[in-house]
Amino acid sequence: MWLIKLAWKNIWRNRNRTLISMSAIFFAVIFSVVANSLWKGTFGALIQNLVGYYSGYIQIQQAGYWDEQVLDNSLEWSDSLKAEISGENNIDALSPRLESFALMSSGDITKGCLVVGIDPMRESEVTQLQERLKKGRYLESGDQAILLTEGLAEQLQLSLEDTVYIIGQGFHGATAAGKYPIKGILKYGAPDLNNRLAFLSLPAAQELYGAENRATSVVISLHDQNLLEETVLGLKKRLDSGLVAMTWKDMMPEIVQHMKTDHFTMQIIQYLLYLLIAFGIFGTLTMMMVERQFEMGMLIALGMKKGNMILLMVIESVFTVITGCLAGLAASIPVAFYFKNNPIRFGGEFGKAYERFGFEAVMPGSTEPGIFWSQGLIVLCLGLLLSLYPLYKILRMDPVKAMRR
Amino acid sequence: MNQTVIDAHDVSKTYNPEAIPVPAVNHVHLHIEQGEFTALVGPSGSGKTTLLNLIGGLDRPTGGKIFINGVDITQLSDNQLIDFRLHHIGFVFQSFNLIPVLTAKENIEFILLLQGVDKTTREKRVLQLLKEIGLEDKMNVRPSQLSGGQQQRVAVARALASKPQFILADEPTANLDSKAAANLLDIMYKLNQEENMTFIFSTHDKRVIDRARRVVTLVDGRIDSDTAFKPLEH
Repeated sequence: MWLIKLAWKNIWRNRNRTLISMSAIFFAVIFSVVANSLWKGTFGALIQNLVGYYSGYIQIQQAGYWDEQVLDNSLEWSDSLKAEISGENNIDALSPRLESFALMSSGDITKGCLVVGIDPMRESEVTQLQERLKKGRYLESGDQAILLTEGLAEQLQLSLEDTVYIIGQGFHGATAAGKYPIKGILKYGAPDLNNRLAFLSLPAAQELYGAENRATSVVISLHDQNLLEETVLGLKKRLDSGLVAMTWKDMMPEIVQHMKTDHFTMQIIQYLLYLLIAFGIFGTLTMMMVERQFEMGMLIALGMKKGNMILLMVIESVFTVITGCLAGLAASIPVAFYFKNNPIRFGGEFGKAYERFGFEAVMPGSTEPGIFWSQGLIVLCLGLLLSLYPLYKILRMDPVKAMRR
Repeated sequence: MNQTVIDAHDVSKTYNPEAIPVPAVNHVHLHIEQGEFTALVGPSGSGKTTLLNLIGGLDRPTGGKIFINGVDITQLSDNQLIDFRLHHIGFVFQSFNLIPVLTAKENIEFILLLQGVDKTTREKRVLQLLKEIGLEDKMNVRPSQLSGGQQQRVAVARALASKPQFILADEPTANLDSKAAANLLDIMYKLNQEENMTFIFSTHDKRVIDRARRVVTLVDGRIDSDTAFKPLEH
């Protein structure tokens, strides 16, 4: 008890030094948490934009479809297939799609686009498509109408209730042609998606392409995204040999590569940050040791065991580091939430570079609890690890040398 | 006959023995009995402080043996030495060396806390010591608010708190004015007379030398003279 009392008095004997130590840890935690939050938030948004809002986490396809994406490689959509897929534990929702590229025109403007036949309700369960509706109304099953993405509608200079013409190649080489009134306009964050998607109801698309009961893929969302690989393995066991289960990572290897590269850069930045933090903490510890060396030597001379001295330093260090960490965590929570609700938006060349990759040029914060405790824990461990320096000095301390002025 | 407290036998301390040896203490024999009031004197560099550090177990000799109450402290491990110092030796340093964050009372109590003495005994002992050094009214004051003389009196009380066999004082009056030095010497002399406490000083100060009953003069690490002025009165 007396050691705690003495440690408490020592902590406040030089308020400035203690506050500098605590501040170093406080800002270290904030920087570390915010940097990690922005990084995770950015990639979370990227995955959500490309995966959660379009491709799904897993797709079931006919073998060979991925390499040659034509309707002839489509699968037969049936209740039994639906039951097989739904039987896997981690499946949250699934939706069949019939996708094919086609030409879309209005007046004298023609654009290439991806026409996607969907089960409107199921699609919305998997990709929250309905939430992307900006104008008009959402599709209903059996509608003979179309939803256009905002960018595509702008390029074709079309708005609600206008009619759009589609021409393309259907199943087994048949000609696909149709005209549809625009029922709604959708908005995607990722420019690549926002400029080229058009949605029909599945029966309308099957009719357009002459592909009755066909689907090019079944898009799946998961309860737990961390169990992606296990779920795919489970599905592979359940499915016919003619079908394949692909994860979003298989379908978008360039995104995975980009994330890996960015993760590596982020790790270097974080290591540099930890290094700066370490120097900050070490500086104050060195200052403290120089300031108190004489006194420590004197206490050992008087008969204070080095074990007690070490315990005293541990109490002081733990208190300082934990207080700095907790204060830093408390301060970083509102900052992370602020960036979650008010993402940083990139403009200029940097923003354009992001959009060229098909990403929305935003950097939102993530508020996953893991970010806070993991970064707090890392800085805490770093602080405690550096506190070993005074312990090392005490263990080697010779009272006569320490008391030499 | 008084009990032997310190028996330094052929003690040497050579710094840098492997390269250019610098002998600080050279084959010293010193025998101190209970109740002595002894001054180690000599010019700067004569080995006074080194000898004091060796006797106090703060430093290890490169030759010879030192017995404190019959225990050969040169054979003790570092941890055993720390424990030995805590229970057997009191220290008074030149520059007071009180713990700045503790009050006068807490500074004295600190040694008793290290010894694991219970609270009631601690309180009693600390109050008695504060009374002896005449600083009862300053018990809750921190060192920075005490004069140099008062701080040194607290340091003496702290050295006495553990009821050591002897007190080693390294130039205790060096930083004090005449009045404070005289006052401190009065206290130490009284403790010596009334409680038979053994004091060994290293000093240059004539005021201390004049009050000492035995003066050991060191020159170049050797005992040049050893003079007892008065017989011990007990």
